[in-house]
Amino acid sequence: MSSAAVTSSRFTSGQAPKWLTPAVGLAAIILGAALSALIGFSVATWALFAGLIFVIAGPILIGIIEGRRKGSDAFARFLVYGTFLIALIPLVSVLWTVLSKGIPGLSGNLLTTSMNGVTGVVDNKTAAGDQPILGGIYHAIIGTLEITALATIISVPIGLLTAIYLVEYATGGPLSRAITFFVDVMTGIPSIVAGLFAASFFAFATGSPSTRTGFVAAVALSVLMVPTVVRNAEEMLRIVPNELREASYALGVRKWRTIMKVVIPTAISGIASGVTLAIARVIGETAPILVTAGFVNSINFNAFSGWMATLPTYIYYQIMTPTSPTSPQVSETRAWAAALILILIVMLLNLTARAIAKAFAPKTGR
Amino acid sequence: MSITSDSPNGPSTRRNSSKELPDVGNPAADKIFSGISLSAGILILVVLAAVAIFLVAQALPVFSANAEELTAGSFLKYIWPLTIGTLIASAIALLIATPVGIGVALYISHYAPRRFAKTIGYIIDLLAAIPSVIFGAWGAAVLAPKIVPFYDWLAAYFGWLPIFVGPASQTGKTILTAGIVLGIMILPIITSMCREIFIQTPKLQEEAALGLGATRWEMVKMTVFPFARTGIVSSVMLALGRALGETMAVTLVLASGPLNASLIQSGNQTFASEIALNFPEAYGLRMSELIAAGLVLFVITLIVNVIARMITSRYKEFSGAN
Amino acid sequence: MKTKAFAGAGSLALIGMLALSACGSDNATGTSTGDKASDSNISGSLKGIGASSQKAAIDAWEAGFTSSNSKATVNYSPDGSGAGRKALLAGGAQFAGSDAHLSSDEYEQSKEKCGPEGAIDIPVYISPIAIAYNLPGVDSLNLDGETIAKIFKGDIKKWNDDAIKKQNDGVDLPDTNITVVHRSDDSGTTENFTEYLAKASNGAWDKEADGNWPSDYAGESNKGTSGVVSTTTSTEGAITYADASAVGDLGKVKVKSGEEYVELSPEAAAKTVEVSEKVGGMHANDMSLDINRTPEEAGAYPVVLVSYHIVCSQYDNQETVDLVKAYENYVISEDGQKTAADSAHSAPLTDTLREDAKKAIDAVKVAG
Repeated sequence: MSSAAVTSSRFTSGQAPKWLTPAVGLAAIILGAALSALIGFSVATWALFAGLIFVIAGPILIGIIEGRRKGSDAFARFLVYGTFLIALIPLVSVLWTVLSKGIPGLSGNLLTTSMNGVTGVVDNKTAAGDQPILGGIYHAIIGTLEITALATIISVPIGLLTAIYLVEYATGGPLSRAITFFVDVMTGIPSIVAGLFAASFFAFATGSPSTRTGFVAAVALSVLMVPTVVRNAEEMLRIVPNELREASYALGVRKWRTIMKVVIPTAISGIASGVTLAIARVIGETAPILVTAGFVNSINFNAFSGWMATLPTYIYYQIMTPTSPTSPQVSETRAWAAALILILIVMLLNLTARAIAKAFAPKTGR
Repeated sequence: MSITSDSPNGPSTRRNSSKELPDVGNPAADKIFSGISLSAGILILVVLAAVAIFLVAQALPVFSANAEELTAGSFLKYIWPLTIGTLIASAIALLIATPVGIGVALYISHYAPRRFAKTIGYIIDLLAAIPSVIFGAWGAAVLAPKIVPFYDWLAAYFGWLPIFVGPASQTGKTILTAGIVLGIMILPIITSMCREIFIQTPKLQEEAALGLGATRWEMVKMTVFPFARTGIVSSVMLALGRALGETMAVTLVLASGPLNASLIQSGNQTFASEIALNFPEAYGLRMSELIAAGLVLFVITLIVNVIARMITSRYKEFSGAN
Repeated sequence: MKTKAFAGAGSLALIGMLALSACGSDNATGTSTGDKASDSNISGSLKGIGASSQKAAIDAWEAGFTSSNSKATVNYSPDGSGAGRKALLAGGAQFAGSDAHLSSDEYEQSKEKCGPEGAIDIPVYISPIAIAYNLPGVDSLNLDGETIAKIFKGDIKKWNDDAIKKQNDGVDLPDTNITVVHRSDDSGTTENFTEYLAKASNGAWDKEADGNWPSDYAGESNKGTSGVVSTTTSTEGAITYADASAVGDLGKVKVKSGEEYVELSPEAAAKTVEVSEKVGGMHANDMSLDINRTPEEAGAYPVVLVSYHIVCSQYDNQETVDLVKAYENYVISEDGQKTAADSAHSAPLTDTLREDAKKAIDAVKVAG
């Protein structure tokens, strides 16, 4: 650019000055405040009007100075930035709510004990200030981890293999079309129905109607999880460029090895975030867990025998049927703290998925 | 098609003769591997058949029952408001989440500074993973009370529209709030999937477009969107599927009631929420009725998915694998 | 390097799991477990499924029972009354908690799994339902059944309506709109409240008793007891019905019964249950009650919910019989009822009811 000092006027002519965008922004904020004051001031209407004025006026000005194409480019850019800001508000608010309500309930007690023996009398004492909050979520953490892990172990191989079949092996015949179609159907199974199905299946299979264990819950969750895994993995495998496969075949590599070494590693980061999404869909389920795993107040490590509690069922019942109906705030504190822990667990899972993805993914240009 | 369908026969005999050649794999493993993936697919079919048999068998008594034993006199009368309520809530959610979700995905993939984009991408992934019961609790405890003045404003200035007829609910627990919460909930799903696909746009195409003098927006229009179209539809449908079947968020946020055209008054109900609210105390025929309602939800989701499949298959030529 | 990272992540997760599992404890309240002198020989695991209304009381009973019977465990899943009865009839639970007694159909079905004499209903949990209102400055409110019905139907729309004024001399009633708050979920509380309205409103309530709030009478709805209470607390002029233990600082309506307005109290609720007739037609010792919503006796509060434990009259083995008997005997004992009252603010059973319940529990025996 420095060598083109003579012609620089040609490049910069018709270019909007750098101060234009902040200036429009400032004007939008002031005008927005004025307009919202007309109809009854509130922060929400202020933000709404300011945003609207900014997104409309900015591109028009740029369009006048730089031409129509640059104007629409700026419009798109502002819109994209705008959507990002809009999306951020509620999502930050959700996180903030959970943090601010959950942190006061966090304590060593909460993480290391179960609710065994905690009754309304205990909570009433806590509410009166005689003792710290007793009772914890240890049993629910164990339940959540074990049931979700089992569900993932069941559904990820099935889901991923099905996706591989659909993308790599299927030839568009009736079978592959049927699988695609019925996987779609499966995404529509209401979660409670999946729970009922798993419960009656095990009742039928074991001959005892009371079969409620963590494993039954894991099967119910798998029914919900598999279609999400398949849909997502299928999408991610499909966008792996054919050139990669062809290059591998050209080197004489067999198909299964091409899939394992080329296709899946290329798509692994997408698959990993898809699996995290699938886990997220099921880790917060309440209703199917209740009919399949029951609800307990004490610790149970064995997912194949006896009832189990999970964090969502724990949260749900602490809010809906507080341990002490007269001082429900104690239960509520525990519930929000449990919600925070649930998010932390999901976050850890997410990190692990990313670490796995990173370990396997090939180096790319991006 | 021709390339993927016939497997290349690797020169396995030469494996030992030259160390330069890649490890091409065992030929027998090919058959085993394809067999395993096929059986995984078939297993899904079997499970689904079992679920379907279970559902239909449980729902059957409703259709042979006496009209007066049913909750609303007839099954259709019972289903109708639920269908409308479910569709309204999901439509609101999609209207909000689709443009915003795609915008955010685009921001992360093509607009934000790269270092920043990674962090944001991670946060969005995390939000996609927040259990719905938490979104529901947030909607009921934080959003609903805060949104009441906005509803009052809508009722005052847009009350002439049947959907904004006042007086607005003073608890904020309306179908519109439920739709907004659903929208916020599915936003990360759309963003997360779209971003993943936007990033995969062939770099050369993008650079070619920019090199020809296209502005960034024109480049996005010409290369990113055509490439990602199936993926966008697919992600929106996945999100819609979740919105249709979402239970806890709606249950906690919506003060349910009979069908009501005004979105800012209490009323309306969705399938999933109706089932969750009534299931614990349901018994006998009522239970069958709820499962039959689940069956209808199932069918609605199915229709949505079929439409999505039709759209995606029309644009299949853009897909990388085929 | 890849495998290293993978192994690193894996071992980290493993260490985390181990660390977690090492420090967990079932002893949340820090009570010493050394006191085993009074321990019994009752052992085994008892499974109950049923109403969520009893949850707080069941937690208390579980804690009380297992403290003196440390080899036994009691688990209760609050899936709902219907689910509980269904599970008992199918043999999926040893006892059911239910807000409604078995219907005669269900009793017949129970003979399949519970022996030829079927299942027995035992009332264990009496909870007065408060009609709670949010009117700052109004500390006491008298209403009769008919007025309550009209308020909840939406016929009476203002707090200073003549029908309310007439019954409340000297109370300064504001010109506030009445907001009716009702449950959005199917519940035993709604069923008992609507049954009261149907029977005690001189026909002003034209619907039958139902666990679902009638959709013709719209109001603000919310899920669960805690839901309706929080909506009522935050809305001035609101009125709702909820388990008395959960209404907190809200005003409670004195309900007209006989010739007087009765204030809600555990004793007044227990009185209503005591004067109620047994349903009959089932097991000889069955205690299903047809609650008297218009008691003539003085001081009886008619809006109550009675929740039952339903047990089989026969179990397959002696261990289960001992366990069920020990547990249910504890539940109805003075000690057990007091624990529940402290914890869940329920109304303790009266001595007459306890004697009958004792007989019913004694009738449980081993099959064969």
